[in-house]
Amino acid sequence: MTAYAHDQVTVSPGGRGGPTKGLLRFLTCGSVDDGKSTLIGRLLYDTKLILEDQLAALERDSRKHGTTGDDIDFALLVDGLEAEREQGITIDVAYRFFSTPRRAFIVADTPGHEQYTRNMATGASNSHAAVILIDARKGVLTQTRRHSYICSLLGIRHVVLAVNKIDLVDFSGERFHHIVGDYLGFAQALSFSSITPIPVSARYGDNVTARSARTGWYEGPTIIEHLEGLDATEGLDGKPFRFPVQWVNRPNLDFRGFCGTVASGVVRPGDPVIVAASGRDTHVARIVTADGDLPEARAGDAVTLTLSDEVDVARGDMLAQPQARPEVVDQFAAQVLWMIEEPMLPGRSYLMRIGTQYVPARVTSLKHKTDVNTLEHIAARTLGLNEIGLCNLATATPVAFDPYSENRETGAFVLIDRFTNATAGAGMIAFGLRRATNIHRQALLVDKAARTRLNGHRPAILWFTGLSGSGKSTIANIVERELHAQGTHTYMLDGDNVRHGLNRDLGFTDADRVENIRRVGEVARLFVDAGAIVLCSFISPFRAERRMVRELVEEGEFIEIHVDTPLEICKQRDPKGLYARALAGKIKNFTGIDSPYEAPEHAEVVVDTNQGSAEDAAQRILAALRERQVIS
Amino acid sequence: MSTNTQTRLALSQHLKHLEAESIAIIREVAAEFRNPVMLYSIGKDSGVMLHLALKAFYPSKPPFPLLHIDTGWKFRDMLRHRDSIAARHGLKLLVHTNAEGVARGINPITSGSQLHTQVMKTEALKQALDKWEFDAAFGGARRDEEKSRAKERVFSFRSAGHVWDPRNQRPELWSLYNTKINKGETIRVFPLSNWTELDIWQYTRAQQIPVVPLYFAAPRPVIERDGLLIMRDDDRMPLAPEELEQVRMVRFRSLGCYPLSAAIESEAATLDEIIEEMLISRTSERSGRLIDSDEAASMEKKKREGYF
Repeated sequence: MTAYAHDQVTVSPGGRGGPTKGLLRFLTCGSVDDGKSTLIGRLLYDTKLILEDQLAALERDSRKHGTTGDDIDFALLVDGLEAEREQGITIDVAYRFFSTPRRAFIVADTPGHEQYTRNMATGASNSHAAVILIDARKGVLTQTRRHSYICSLLGIRHVVLAVNKIDLVDFSGERFHHIVGDYLGFAQALSFSSITPIPVSARYGDNVTARSARTGWYEGPTIIEHLEGLDATEGLDGKPFRFPVQWVNRPNLDFRGFCGTVASGVVRPGDPVIVAASGRDTHVARIVTADGDLPEARAGDAVTLTLSDEVDVARGDMLAQPQARPEVVDQFAAQVLWMIEEPMLPGRSYLMRIGTQYVPARVTSLKHKTDVNTLEHIAARTLGLNEIGLCNLATATPVAFDPYSENRETGAFVLIDRFTNATAGAGMIAFGLRRATNIHRQALLVDKAARTRLNGHRPAILWFTGLSGSGKSTIANIVERELHAQGTHTYMLDGDNVRHGLNRDLGFTDADRVENIRRVGEVARLFVDAGAIVLCSFISPFRAERRMVRELVEEGEFIEIHVDTPLEICKQRDPKGLYARALAGKIKNFTGIDSPYEAPEHAEVVVDTNQGSAEDAAQRILAALRERQVIS
Repeated sequence: MSTNTQTRLALSQHLKHLEAESIAIIREVAAEFRNPVMLYSIGKDSGVMLHLALKAFYPSKPPFPLLHIDTGWKFRDMLRHRDSIAARHGLKLLVHTNAEGVARGINPITSGSQLHTQVMKTEALKQALDKWEFDAAFGGARRDEEKSRAKERVFSFRSAGHVWDPRNQRPELWSLYNTKINKGETIRVFPLSNWTELDIWQYTRAQQIPVVPLYFAAPRPVIERDGLLIMRDDDRMPLAPEELEQVRMVRFRSLGCYPLSAAIESEAATLDEIIEEMLISRTSERSGRLIDSDEAASMEKKKREGYF
């Protein structure tokens, strides 16, 4: 890439000296002791990507932080953030760029420790290949297995097994072959299509970019030679056409274009396509770009399609090939990697980003989690940070996808925490659940609207939330009495009566609290469908669960009533003696004491029983119902 | 603008890939954010970013304005280029200067590069984002520029107050960007994350994107100060007693405030020659930027404070 004399530079498409092969993205896996950062530093140095001023800074830094005495510490080139330089560990994913005359590369440098599994998965998600480092002195370790499993899970097909520090085992071919044998025995269970073992010394450069004279017994390629030759297309061109619609382009009434990136396959004007969710069919009219219309677009191309019919298509829809359609379901099984401190709770509602759409989604069950070191399946109720489990998920509306093993572009999703917006989980869809596709809802002759006409009032959920002892049940009882007196159909769901029957099997852990509210929500929804006003009186401490119930019913049918009595007053009242017992440590996970209460941010009604009687509060709620025309 | 008159070239596979990825990122912002803005710094990276935005929404125009943070010390050529580009494409251009900083007399010469950058760039940027209530801002930064940039996300979250916490960044898997924010929070978006300096020039060459003439070598009056060649773009910059302006054949690899942007001696007067020069170059592009040289971690510090 360097030292071209002027007269040797030739013009190639795209400019002078540009690489001839498409970009290859790969990640490096290994702990800092395996010499991962040193390898990357070496690659940058040997491909002359380290420039004079950077080298000068490196020499300064090597003296300050380095671990290699007077030699240049290549690892310092790569460990970018201050804290990492001080601690000598790579805690985040860093991207590095280098190129050879044949190819441009992006390296995702990812940390190796178990507590950074999510960072490694992040790097792997966008990589075509992985370089897995093994210290020749140590051989295949637990972490080697973990790294290989994560690479395989994230769909990486090509692995380079870099047996590093070969200089420290006297360039022993015997040692190398022994390690390779170990590794191949283990990796058979994983889904790699190629494994290429290479003996390497990153520190001295053996078999990195140049063949080493010191490993005469090795006849294979160097790391760079091998990576230069790899096929990175993943065969996406040859897969069925998929086009997640990203943005609808309407400059004027005569033009309606659908912008997006072709996820897989090839499309040409005249090709039949369907809108995956609705099944509506049409044809591609034009492939529009700023450089003129194209005769075809392939996987990876960012284009704008126009269609021959006025079909209903919006952001989030997927256009697909009619003969090979994606699955469209609202329930599926997926491997989920959890990425935040707060555990994944089955039943809780998360926001799922899949393709170009966001859709509310819940984990309905966690089948098992996988020990990333032994690959054993372990029964579990929640997933913690960096844990991986096979889950069933349900989405609020059906989504179009392909299994991740068939298509990485259309089979992946992320889960987002609905309050912090943190990226909480990463998922790879295994398969759709048949029961979702084959069970069609029974169309009913009498529906909610018909019942509402007969009843003379609208159905609703009155959701009373607040601390224990805040007065929820007292107020709810008065409201029900008044509604009943007016001839309204009502029903009361109360924490205590539900826990004695329907939810007898649930305790008070966070996971059980979520499931408790989910079941109550589903029951309340049935009452709403029956046309009743259902009063629910539950501490329901988490916003996420209250929101989940809100989303089960139509807009305006969920009325959240925050009984906002201060904790100190509730403790004084303590009608059931529960606070006393919780404070004495006899009850665990008691809301307000050792378990949090997340107050509503946008409750429809807020009542403070400190400021008036329970009767006053009930009258305010009834007024709110009249105002919302639930009752007249 | 450009002195080039060559025709457009076909894009290599590599550049086509980068172009498509960037266009997808730019469209994503338009689809998900209420009020995005594109930071336009007038440099070569901004030029490529704007070109990609024009392509992304064709035949519509980009559905967001451009924003230039003017420190008052940009090269005059840069401002001319900025106004002509905005006019040519019929784009809305917003310009913001930190009036408070001007009133305090902050300048790159006597205030020092650090304070000047903090007040006139970082603070000014935050003021502008708050003033127009932008929820997403495009920047032309690339991961190959500098070590702390190498860990930057494509969609980089900023808490209220524009704070970047490098220890608490959202994992970014596949191209499934998390665009969700709460009120008061913002996102900085870097569509050129995966481009290198060489990619930028090769793409500029292939697409014939106009650039500020200062990138091309020409005889220019410069002074030599601390081993760096500085072009006095106006007489606000006083000469030291022994300093002499001398005309040399120079160009700029990176453009900013003129007293803080050093020129390099070069004969490269066309895009082809710039690319050739890059291929044999042995120093990084930011080496001429005085604001980076304080210490190795200075970029990370500035970024935490809100710098792009």
